[in-house]
Amino acid sequence: MSQTVTTKRSQRESAGPYGKIGHTLNELDDRLGVAKGGRTFLDKIFPDHWSFMLGEIALYSFVVLLATGIFLTLYYIPSQDLTTYTGSYLPLYGQKVTEAYASSVNLSFAVRGGLLMRQMHHWACDIFVGAIVLHMGRVFFTGAFRKPRELNWTIGTTLLILAIVNGFLGYSLPDDLVSGTGIRIAYSIILSIPLVGSYVAFFLFGGNFPGTAIIPRFFILHVLIIPLVILGLVGAHMALLVKQKHTQFPGKGKTEKNVVGSPMYPVFMAKTQGFMFVVTGAIALLGAFAQINPIWQFGPYTASRISYAVQPDWYMGFLDGALRIFPAWSFHNFGYTIPLEVTIPAVIFPGILFNLIMAWPGIERKFTKDDAMHNLLDRPSNRPKRTAAGVSVAVLCSMLFIASSTDVMANFFHVSLNTVLWAMRVLCLVTPFLAYPITYKICREMQGVEGAGKRKTTNVVTRTAEGEYLATPAPVYVDDQVHEHEADAVPVPTFVAEAAEDEAQGPSGVRRVER
Amino acid sequence: MSEHEQRTPVQLSTVSADDPHLQPAARRPELVERVIALTFFFGVVLLVGFGACYWVNAAPWTLGATLGGGSTLLGIGLIAWGKYLMPRGPFVEERHEAASTTEERSAFAAAIVERGGGVIKRRKFLGGLLGAGMGIFGVVSAFPLVRSLGPLPKGTLFHTDWAKGTYLVDITGRRVHQDDLAVGSIVTVYPEGLQDSDNGQAVDQTVLIRLSNEDFVTQKGRETWGPQGYVAYSKLCTHLGCPVGLYEQELQLLVCPCHQSMFDVTNGAIPNFGPAPRPLPQLPLMFDASGYLQSQSDFNQPVGPGFWERS
Repeated sequence: MSQTVTTKRSQRESAGPYGKIGHTLNELDDRLGVAKGGRTFLDKIFPDHWSFMLGEIALYSFVVLLATGIFLTLYYIPSQDLTTYTGSYLPLYGQKVTEAYASSVNLSFAVRGGLLMRQMHHWACDIFVGAIVLHMGRVFFTGAFRKPRELNWTIGTTLLILAIVNGFLGYSLPDDLVSGTGIRIAYSIILSIPLVGSYVAFFLFGGNFPGTAIIPRFFILHVLIIPLVILGLVGAHMALLVKQKHTQFPGKGKTEKNVVGSPMYPVFMAKTQGFMFVVTGAIALLGAFAQINPIWQFGPYTASRISYAVQPDWYMGFLDGALRIFPAWSFHNFGYTIPLEVTIPAVIFPGILFNLIMAWPGIERKFTKDDAMHNLLDRPSNRPKRTAAGVSVAVLCSMLFIASSTDVMANFFHVSLNTVLWAMRVLCLVTPFLAYPITYKICREMQGVEGAGKRKTTNVVTRTAEGEYLATPAPVYVDDQVHEHEADAVPVPTFVAEAAEDEAQGPSGVRRVER
Repeated sequence: MSEHEQRTPVQLSTVSADDPHLQPAARRPELVERVIALTFFFGVVLLVGFGACYWVNAAPWTLGATLGGGSTLLGIGLIAWGKYLMPRGPFVEERHEAASTTEERSAFAAAIVERGGGVIKRRKFLGGLLGAGMGIFGVVSAFPLVRSLGPLPKGTLFHTDWAKGTYLVDITGRRVHQDDLAVGSIVTVYPEGLQDSDNGQAVDQTVLIRLSNEDFVTQKGRETWGPQGYVAYSKLCTHLGCPVGLYEQELQLLVCPCHQSMFDVTNGAIPNFGPAPRPLPQLPLMFDASGYLQSQSDFNQPVGPGFWERS
């Protein structure tokens, strides 16, 4: 027998057709059994639709938040101890400021790349919350929250609340004049809760405002506790998405029982990875060219100083607006006070709003009696009541958001503050009730319009041998031959159906329940 | 009509290598490849530029411009690659029903109800004790989480550091003399010695305005509170506690910049606009023998925003 000579070729052949990667995978599979599940995962199908990208924006801006946030924690000092500012920003030189403020200014000016990281972090946060809201709108208006995905809707709503809370905490950390005033307002809002308000406020802040505990406490909440919860919930959000698979719009070959689109590997991976780069790039460009929160101009927080015409970050705007336009109705009776002028707009209203959002899948099921599984999405116009309700709430929040700049508007339009105030009060009360019927009507019109929601087909113009021109409509798109914009038949509750069978000749018959 | 719409979705695992579903979506792949190569090239150039800018500590905007530009170009290239040069599909995947069979369900429910529940039902007393123990553990373990966080409010919110005979000082600690302010002037004052403290700044802050040269009565019953036209109000807005930092001299209004509450200085700081529900509490003033301003007592009511215990 001849001796076996180890050549490069024999090595390659012995490794099998997939070489070193195949070998590594075999070793992994021996221990963890990754091959079957891994293949399924790589084959996972992602529907192609632009609106599915909104959630990705949220995810990737969260990644940017984590990355830039880690950078910032290395230089930020979470302390309210006073120090003398001796950095490079001359207008502040020699002033007594807190460590938190001094370190925030220093990391902007003295740390290489610090200003960019701080601005990117702030922009990423604004984009994060914005993308969550838009993503939520997509899920709401297309009915993606319906059974079996109610739990993921709840997780998503919780994520929105946590994102807003953490955004506010982070905005407070630099301890500048504007954010300090924001904390003061937050303290007063907590104080306004009946019965327990003063206790909650004292425990959260470690005493009467401002106390010495807020900056360290807000810091640990902002950089550790809430991000961990967000991270866990984002994980759960995605795990449920993989387990339950994506929803999809109706169309050719798409049914309740399948998913049509591109595979995870490599198509979706390339697109989503590319999208992550684009989101990061956009945030970096904003951080480079669009100044945000210049704390050195605001100055350090001093409880007896205040700035004029400053607004909070956008996602706090609707609360600020509600506080501005709500009348001064305070309840004083029986020896107790309920500051309704604060409790209603800043505690009860957001409480109702977020509970309504959380409970929406249940509420809708109760009204439609629709207990079926839904993997195909609705066109918003096919669910006029839901769409109108959503638009109505969105209009209310937008009006409140606009109301957060009453003073700026009064200055800009040269009208009295009183006029602006009453205009906003009327708008906030009236527009949601106008938005509902208008949206409802538009939706119904769109349902009635022939071919609404479908693409227009072209005319093919031909010239005959005799020189005559003929215009013939091109065949409709294959997709559009499926009557995708028609509502699903609404399941009729069994007792109604049985009753109808019993009196089949009855004059009333089964009334079609509208959604 | 584009080709994409004509193709029927197929299962990824069943397609052969020459299947049209595996072809790139681009009509002219070579051209797309060249465009992607360009975006990648400039993306890489910009990212190298980012490294260089960082290295030489260039201006912050150059860092963001290179990082943002490079990252965006790289991303656009990658998206285009995935969209135009990778298998165009569409592919289809079946959903598997999440629900288990009826037998599996009842077996699961039986395991919970009969196996576990049965054990507890047989030992009701033990089960009760365990339940009580866990409940108490839950309540008690919340104590350190909650009660250690801060002191009880008690009377804190009802009082400030102003008392009989406290001197009014400005932010630098200088006492205010009766000749210091011209009519129409305003200054923020604190109790002497507390002008730098947290409580002095946040709770005791007071605006001192000189309204006239003679004693000024802002409301009935406050005849002695405004000697020689000096009146003092808490600077904490009764709406949400912002400092009432704006003084509109002609209209004699104190204005809160946060939510535009306005208080009538000549009439006990009664709010006449905005969401603030109560007047700013007034601080009764007097002069010492040499003409320095002192408070007669604490404020006539709790300062700042409303809270439950406030009557």
